[in-house]
Amino acid sequence: MSDTPVDADEVRHVAELARVDLDEDEVEEFTTQFADILEYFDALDEVPEVDREDELVNVMRPDEVRDGLTQEEALSNAEETEDGYFKGPRVS
Amino acid sequence: MSLNAFITKEAVESDEDGPLSGKTVAVKDNISTKGVRTTCGSAMLEEYVPPYDATVVELLKDAGATIVGKANMDEFGMGTTTETSAFGPTKNPVDESRVPGGSSGGSAAAVAAGEADLALGSDTGGSIRCPAAFCGVVGIKPTYGLVSRYGLVAYANSLEQIGPIAPTVEEAAGLLDVIAGPDERDGTTHDEGADSDYAAAATGDVEGLTIGVPTELVEGADEGVEEAFWAALDELEAQGAEYKEVSMPSVEKAVAAYYVIAMSEASSNLARFDGVRYGKSGGYEGNWNDAFARAREDGFGPEVKRRILLGTYALSAGYHDKYYAKAQDARAWVKQDFDAAFEDVDVLASPTMPVPPFKLGESLDDPLQMYLADANTVPVNLANLPAISVPAGETEGLPVGLQLIGKKFDEETIIRAASAVEN
Repeated sequence: MSDTPVDADEVRHVAELARVDLDEDEVEEFTTQFADILEYFDALDEVPEVDREDELVNVMRPDEVRDGLTQEEALSNAEETEDGYFKGPRVS
Repeated sequence: MSLNAFITKEAVESDEDGPLSGKTVAVKDNISTKGVRTTCGSAMLEEYVPPYDATVVELLKDAGATIVGKANMDEFGMGTTTETSAFGPTKNPVDESRVPGGSSGGSAAAVAAGEADLALGSDTGGSIRCPAAFCGVVGIKPTYGLVSRYGLVAYANSLEQIGPIAPTVEEAAGLLDVIAGPDERDGTTHDEGADSDYAAAATGDVEGLTIGVPTELVEGADEGVEEAFWAALDELEAQGAEYKEVSMPSVEKAVAAYYVIAMSEASSNLARFDGVRYGKSGGYEGNWNDAFARAREDGFGPEVKRRILLGTYALSAGYHDKYYAKAQDARAWVKQDFDAAFEDVDVLASPTMPVPPFKLGESLDDPLQMYLADANTVPVNLANLPAISVPAGETEGLPVGLQLIGKKFDEETIIRAASAVEN
């Protein structure tokens, strides 16, 4: 058994955090599947501590104005626009 | 009759004269094509038309290629069979009752069936190599940073690369020559590959080459797959290569590490799909969080929801250290194991997929079983390395792929070794 049991409420909570509505059938299905998958992920508990030698460097460029999309192009895939802006749903 | 290899069939001709003049190329539908809809296999983006070209698409056009269409794929690249596409599954041209592999299944099927001369796919955890193996064609996952990801709709940025699929190693290498090289619009690209001639490396000469076989990646494979694999290695040995077994204990944790990292990155990347700037909004009213959640319920299929939710869970307070941090440890461990192995060998070999192509519908109900099929491909993405899948015989009439893994930016050696498999 996984030491991180997942129940339906937890699936609903995570779905809310992720902004994905689920119907009750999906909640039930995911609860079962997540238990299996998370149990499998528990194998990571056995991974030794490893020195991570990341050889990362920042890649910077001068902050210069360059051509981008036109306003029209940027709006071309929006379902709703108004006065050259994206139009989203009400905030509350 | 149709394999359903394409989501959108639309020819984009090029007037340029270049190495791909006269060649037709299928482009995976998560690679942006200006003016041609790019769905990512998702209902969310069914009507999305990019206002710009991905860098690799510009390079194809500059090289004279004709793009013949946008290839079917698992939704947002999330799958191993191309069955999670909102536009229906692609069939495997070798056996139409079976899947073509995924997620770049449309790309591989199009090439295998002759519906395109060449194709571009993307590989986050095996999505080029798996369908190449299942359809009996060649696929290359380049070293992370060799090919620009600008214009690739992101699923898991730290893992994915665009790469070529072709009937032969030389043709795949030739397409890689066209798309490889630095791009100022992708800060993770390197100078390697700028003036490459990978096609010239397909000499078929493996005299003196040392091949390592990680035992962990062969044990447990389907019997017929294993037989074809060892027969291919014996053939390479007969041509002057030598092989020896190596051990890489870390790869036993690679699937878990890969899925935790990929899902975590997906949960963040796919947050952008709220139906406001692009994608389906559904026109829901009320509180915007509710409106977004309903738009996303409509727009995403089950596998995408599963990964977004599991990724959100793995990153959430109280679980981050247990899952995400440990997965990063595992990723570093896998890299160390590869570094150690490459001290003694030139390339590593394994079956690309431990199993032959699944029957259509066989694996949809059990996501964990589907994830486990990626055991041999995901370690390569975790370690940022290059790998190629080349056809290596059959089992019960179904193609088997041999995977050859190289050192960072040493595409030449895996291309050379793979070309010998074709001899």
